[in-house]
Amino acid sequence: MSEVHSESSLAYVRETMVDQKEPPLSQTGAYRWIHENLFSGWLNVILTLGSLWFIWVVLSHLVPWAALGIWDAGSLAQCREIRNDLYGAGSDVACWAVIAERWPQLLFGFYPRDLYWRPVLAFVIFFIAIAPVLFSSLPRKALFGSMAAPFVIYWLIWGGSLWGPVAVAAGFVLGWAIMNYAGPKVGVLPAILASIVVPLLYWFFVAGPLAGALSSVVPLRLTNVESNDIGGFMLALIIGISGILLSLPLGVVLALGRQSDMFIINKCSIAFIEIIRGVPLIVWLFTASLLLNYFLPPGTNFDLMLRVIIMVTLFASAYIAEVVRGGLAALPKGQYEAADALGLDYWKSMRLIILPQALKIAIPGIVNTFIGLFKDTTLVVFIGLLDPIGLSNSIRASTEWNGIYWELFVFIGLCFFLFCFGMGRYSLYLEKKLRREHN
Amino acid sequence: MATMTDPPEQSFRLSQLIYDTRYRSLTIQVVAMILLALALSWLVSNTVQNLAALGKDFDFGFLWQPSGYDINQRLVEYDSQSTHGRAALVGILNTILVAILGCSLATVLGVIAGVLRLSNNWLVSRLMAVYVEGFRNVPLLLWIVLIFALMTEATPQPRAFRADDGPSMLMGESVAVTNRGVYIPNLVFTRSLGGNEVAAPEPEEEEPTSSGLSGTYGGSRISTGGSGVSTGQSSDASDSSGDGAAASGEGEVVPTSSGWDWLLILGVLFAGIAGARYVSKKATEKQEATGKRPTTAPIQAGLILIPLIAVLVILGAQLNKPVLGGFNFDGGLHLRNSLIALWLALSLYTGAFIAEIVRGGILAINKGQTEAAYALGLRPGTTMNLVILPQALRVIIPPLISQYLNLTKNSSLAIAVGYMDARSTLGGITINQTGRELEGMLLLGLFYLVLSLVISSFMNIYNATVKLKER
Repeated sequence: MSEVHSESSLAYVRETMVDQKEPPLSQTGAYRWIHENLFSGWLNVILTLGSLWFIWVVLSHLVPWAALGIWDAGSLAQCREIRNDLYGAGSDVACWAVIAERWPQLLFGFYPRDLYWRPVLAFVIFFIAIAPVLFSSLPRKALFGSMAAPFVIYWLIWGGSLWGPVAVAAGFVLGWAIMNYAGPKVGVLPAILASIVVPLLYWFFVAGPLAGALSSVVPLRLTNVESNDIGGFMLALIIGISGILLSLPLGVVLALGRQSDMFIINKCSIAFIEIIRGVPLIVWLFTASLLLNYFLPPGTNFDLMLRVIIMVTLFASAYIAEVVRGGLAALPKGQYEAADALGLDYWKSMRLIILPQALKIAIPGIVNTFIGLFKDTTLVVFIGLLDPIGLSNSIRASTEWNGIYWELFVFIGLCFFLFCFGMGRYSLYLEKKLRREHN
Repeated sequence: MATMTDPPEQSFRLSQLIYDTRYRSLTIQVVAMILLALALSWLVSNTVQNLAALGKDFDFGFLWQPSGYDINQRLVEYDSQSTHGRAALVGILNTILVAILGCSLATVLGVIAGVLRLSNNWLVSRLMAVYVEGFRNVPLLLWIVLIFALMTEATPQPRAFRADDGPSMLMGESVAVTNRGVYIPNLVFTRSLGGNEVAAPEPEEEEPTSSGLSGTYGGSRISTGGSGVSTGQSSDASDSSGDGAAASGEGEVVPTSSGWDWLLILGVLFAGIAGARYVSKKATEKQEATGKRPTTAPIQAGLILIPLIAVLVILGAQLNKPVLGGFNFDGGLHLRNSLIALWLALSLYTGAFIAEIVRGGILAINKGQTEAAYALGLRPGTTMNLVILPQALRVIIPPLISQYLNLTKNSSLAIAVGYMDARSTLGGITINQTGRELEGMLLLGLFYLVLSLVISSFMNIYNATVKLKER
């Protein structure tokens, strides 16, 4: 075609391609974006203007209040004096001095000041230990270190003799050894029974004297710290993290129980899950603090924090069981049948085929439950533990900071937001990493 | 199993209980049963021993003893001479009240935020993302405490309204936001059903005149009781004013309200709605028969509004606005800060979760559905109602149920603001006064369990009506 045209010399036939024109101004750049995204119709115009007004109202109050805040003062009255000198009486600025002065308390509660390095070190160890669990690119051998970490962390935070946690950990090693070495010789079921019974006997009768004997030989002692002294975000993190780590396995077991064909196991799991889920956590916490002593042998009395951790774990595990059940139900039946066809027994088929897929489906729900659990740790304030909100009350009760509200709330809220938002982002990362479909 | 040959006449060996899959599950279950029974009997025997050691028994008799404490907010008649059982009932009703209020507002907020988060408007969708993430990632308790502090610290005192340059009432001098709570107008009737009965020589004491929602936020009763000139919006006041009117013959009619009025109004409203639905059903039948849909909107509006207005006129309804008297507001409805803070915090917090559910539900509907509906010639509104919403609801309803359940259970955080819900009365003061932790907590747990089961069964019935009908 072009040859024909090039040979002809008609005036109205163009011989070269026209250069592309720039799009009109209304279709490019910022103008187009603003037009499409903010002012595309009368409703959008109203919404945009409304939002702009709202943002302006909030920011015009919040930004000067926060940015001009006073960081260096010993009490609220002093804060107000400084404010009056700087900005004139009655101006509305934050008094961040309360955070500057009391942040160690908000973080650690009444933990002895000279021992702050211990919880800090414990949390560093925790993050090192959790890294191989969260990110599979790290070497797998590091997982052995992760298993030892809880005992070291316990020792660092509560103090006492190192041999106590070591003696307890030895029980787990004992169970694992029986399972691994005696299992092939005596059969699976007896091995499982033995690996449960022998460590229990060991913990009840051997562990205590053993720890005592060892510590009398080599006393590796740290100063004891009472649970009552632990508070603030440290308390929230201890309860939250232990609850998260303990409730996941329990929740998976409960979910399997609920799916089970065995009548009694099935009904017991359902009853447990529904009763736990039907009653608010706060009622369970009051049960833990008021009633647990009724159910235990006379004279037993154990740490309130431990009771709370147990209750929070049971509570979260019921929710996780439901989430995991959703994942199990979402798997096609063919997966179960294929596992049976391969001749795998129940536990092998669950471990190798069903659970990896079901848990992958359940990840968003599980992480949401964890976020909920972490937020729910604030409820322990009602049974007398000093979580961040409880500490904010006690700070407000002191004469220096009587009447201070917003600064503490903002600080506590921001800290919780960072933790929970971070967990949510990690769940998105995990979902993306585990996605196997083509896209 | 059918292809199996008959097993040889083999004697039963004990090892089969472990190694034979036919018997193994039975073995496991029997072992589990025995362990469970042992654990339970251990717990019960411990409890019995502990109770005996403390000299307590297991007895619910305390529910019929006088409670001896006051509750500042109640939906039914209650005073400190009432029984612990009645105090529990007051608390239970308060829990249900805040749960219903919270679920309604949370649904509204959640739907709006969820739809707006999908909006093309960049600014609005980002704003809604901030709302959702902000509320989801901060503990509910902090929000409750924060809103309560906001309500009590950042609002003026009632007497500040007296000053000329002080704060003024909102919405045409009818709503006052103070640090003691929010005062809003309520409806009162000059020809109240309850009032007519009171005008008779012998007013019935036992009549549940205050079972309605109005005038029962005890605070107004306390505040009006002190001042001499009562506007008489509470039932107690109505009783006394009725007596007064009877004594003085043809006195001035004091407007009042009773549960019967509200029952009548609600009844008329529901009858109107039922009529409107009937009209719409008839219209659909006609449309299916003839292809033309008669206009129904005016008839429906008339069916609902005209009887309602008629009843209001017959009862002589008028707005009772709160008026500043003494150091506080008189008249109207007093919504306490505790209720408002709890209600707002629960609604905003749960609304953020519902927004995500709604967004997910709408995103789950394939865009092809909208395009197919347009290709069939349906208008956007009809497309939404007949094509998109019915499908989105299937995805939305089940998680919505669990959010309602969460809100109801979270209402037990009322403890943070001193709202007298079931946990504060039955599980709080009653336990402290009688020392019956075991019975009190048992009843409290049972109440929440039953409430959860009732809500989830109702919502499941609704879910069954909207879910995909498969043949």
